[in-house]
Amino acid sequence: MISRRDFLQVSMAASALVGASGFGNWARLAAQQSLTQDQLLQFDTFGNVSLIHVTDIHAQLKPIYFREPEVNIGVGENKGAVPHVTGADFRKLYGIDDGSPSHYALTYNDFSSLAQAYGKVGGLDRVATVVNAIRADRPDAILLDGGDTWHGSYTCYQTAGQDMVNVMNALKPDAMTFHWEFTLGSDRVREIVGDLPFAALGQNIFDAEWDEPAEDFAPYKFFERGGAKIAVIGQAFPYMPIANPRWMFPEYSFGIRDEHMQEVVDQVRSEGADLVVVLSHNGFDVDKKMAGVVTGIDVILSGHTHDALPEPVLVGETIIVASGSNGKFVSRVDLDVRDGRMMGFRHKLIPIFSDVIEPDAEVAALIDEQRAPFKDQLEEVIGQTDSLLYRRGNFNGSWDDLICDALLSEREADIAMSPGVRWGPSLIPGDNITREDIWNVTSMTYGKAYRSEMTGEFIKVILEDVADNIFNPDPYYQQGGDMVRIGGMGYRIDISKPQGERISDMTLLKTGEAIDPAKNYVVAGWASVNEGTEGPQIWDVVESHIRKMGTVTVSENNSVKVEGL
Amino acid sequence: MDFTRRDTLALGAGAVALTVLPFRVNAAGEDAIAAFTGGAEVAEGGVNLDAPEIAENGNTVPIGVSAEGATAIMLLAMGNPTPGVATFNYGELAGSTMASTRIRLAGTQDVVAIAKMADGSFAKATKNVKVTIGGCGG
Repeated sequence: MISRRDFLQVSMAASALVGASGFGNWARLAAQQSLTQDQLLQFDTFGNVSLIHVTDIHAQLKPIYFREPEVNIGVGENKGAVPHVTGADFRKLYGIDDGSPSHYALTYNDFSSLAQAYGKVGGLDRVATVVNAIRADRPDAILLDGGDTWHGSYTCYQTAGQDMVNVMNALKPDAMTFHWEFTLGSDRVREIVGDLPFAALGQNIFDAEWDEPAEDFAPYKFFERGGAKIAVIGQAFPYMPIANPRWMFPEYSFGIRDEHMQEVVDQVRSEGADLVVVLSHNGFDVDKKMAGVVTGIDVILSGHTHDALPEPVLVGETIIVASGSNGKFVSRVDLDVRDGRMMGFRHKLIPIFSDVIEPDAEVAALIDEQRAPFKDQLEEVIGQTDSLLYRRGNFNGSWDDLICDALLSEREADIAMSPGVRWGPSLIPGDNITREDIWNVTSMTYGKAYRSEMTGEFIKVILEDVADNIFNPDPYYQQGGDMVRIGGMGYRIDISKPQGERISDMTLLKTGEAIDPAKNYVVAGWASVNEGTEGPQIWDVVESHIRKMGTVTVSENNSVKVEGL
Repeated sequence: MDFTRRDTLALGAGAVALTVLPFRVNAAGEDAIAAFTGGAEVAEGGVNLDAPEIAENGNTVPIGVSAEGATAIMLLAMGNPTPGVATFNYGELAGSTMASTRIRLAGTQDVVAIAKMADGSFAKATKNVKVTIGGCGG
């Protein structure tokens, strides 16, 4: 028997993106001349089935900058394994030339200058062009949306997700799964899902009262493509009621439920599935573990942790595809499905360089239509930035440093806390900061900025709790965010220790004194999952702060010392 | 900006619930196991314990247990002040030897199921269930 390795066809990163190495000139025109839409879309159609994967768009209709993380630490078996490889190590691993388009798209180094050279990324009108091009090659390609679509912008908040629903419907997806969508509230989710012209999937969306599969979401859907029967199984974010406010969707329970996943896989196989695809919002490490626990899955399209990988990761006989976030990438996966099994694949992570890919006119007009009623609000310039503003990183990002500064000063607090979410585009030095930019990094349905007193001991309990959600060596206990961002306080973290022993040396920065476990501190924060949180909306707090500053400069944050790597 | 500083600098309610504190195994759990088994050796395996990795609500955590050929299954929350949850007894005519219930967990801890088999032997399964503050999922 031929081993699987013999016929798996992997397109290397080097060929996935045409490298323009050492162009030595940051001039935008020069860089772009070396890239064409045809190069980005070049793909030798393979096999008989095509999957198109987008995920974690976070309501980014328009092109944006998005800086990938510098710090993304893996623990346990995932120590040093992708996606926990960043910067130069990532480029070396995938054979990416310094200064190339892949460098800009996939790693953080020299981000500001490369951003000027290569321009913005994403934009759903460009994504539409790519999807249409793939459908021109393979008219029955299956478009799958991994969720976190109806959340993350001014217009999405104001329309309760309707702008995204309207634009995504124009792209004609075949199925979708969910996470932040549920923070619209379960009534609104059911209202939208009831009218969706495609499948709303989640094998792990259960009725909380009866602990049975919820009736509003199907576990899977069959597609007949290229003579093969394909089952797409949905896997919603498992920790929705823990990471997000449970009171907004009390009827539903989630969880990984890998035993139920196995039952569903066995069921679709017994009903004749030739190919089993899981459209997942588990996060990459959870998907990797699940691929080793559940047998019979051919492809996992992975979302939630916002990783962009130029090659699938193989676990046993399952390939895992990670397609980035914020509309920055589209993955195309062509498959050879014969005799009831996947015989081979070809994959490409397509970066959406917005100046290179022609926008689809119809979708561009539709996007402008969604934004038109809010144009003045969106475009109002609040300030400027002298610093690169970004979010991603395990411990801090300059956007969160700015948000914490706003909380400390506007709310007169000793210590500020900002949630370790991974969404939110970047701005480069010299950019205006508009109201839209502020909402892109703060918009949510539970954004009130609380002001509260906490003892030093309780602050430590919070840090230990969140740290264990990221650095627990068992991926099934990881929730997929980053560490809560702290302003006004420094600390030391040993990620190799168990919960309760990771955090030490907590220091109040304004006095340099050690945090006293028994003393009360005034803490300002936002995004509390508790019902009845009081305070102004975080975007108003940040806007007020930026207005006063005029031009924002964020200095390097060295207040978190990381050990145990 | 339509809020004034005076209005908003009051200490707000509901920021974080002060419910999650570290919990330790207490001796009462071990004592209950010893009383159930009479000190006999307890093997691993043969018991299926279905519990979430992280509790969505620590006040009502769904737990399922089953063990083929069991005459009784004892369920314990090892970190609760009173660890004993329930003991399910199965007669000879029992159609299946399984049970499910919801339990309250005072904090992150091990949930343990011990089955007494028809031949008098014992088997157990353990699952660590986290009770967490939550709130930072990206």
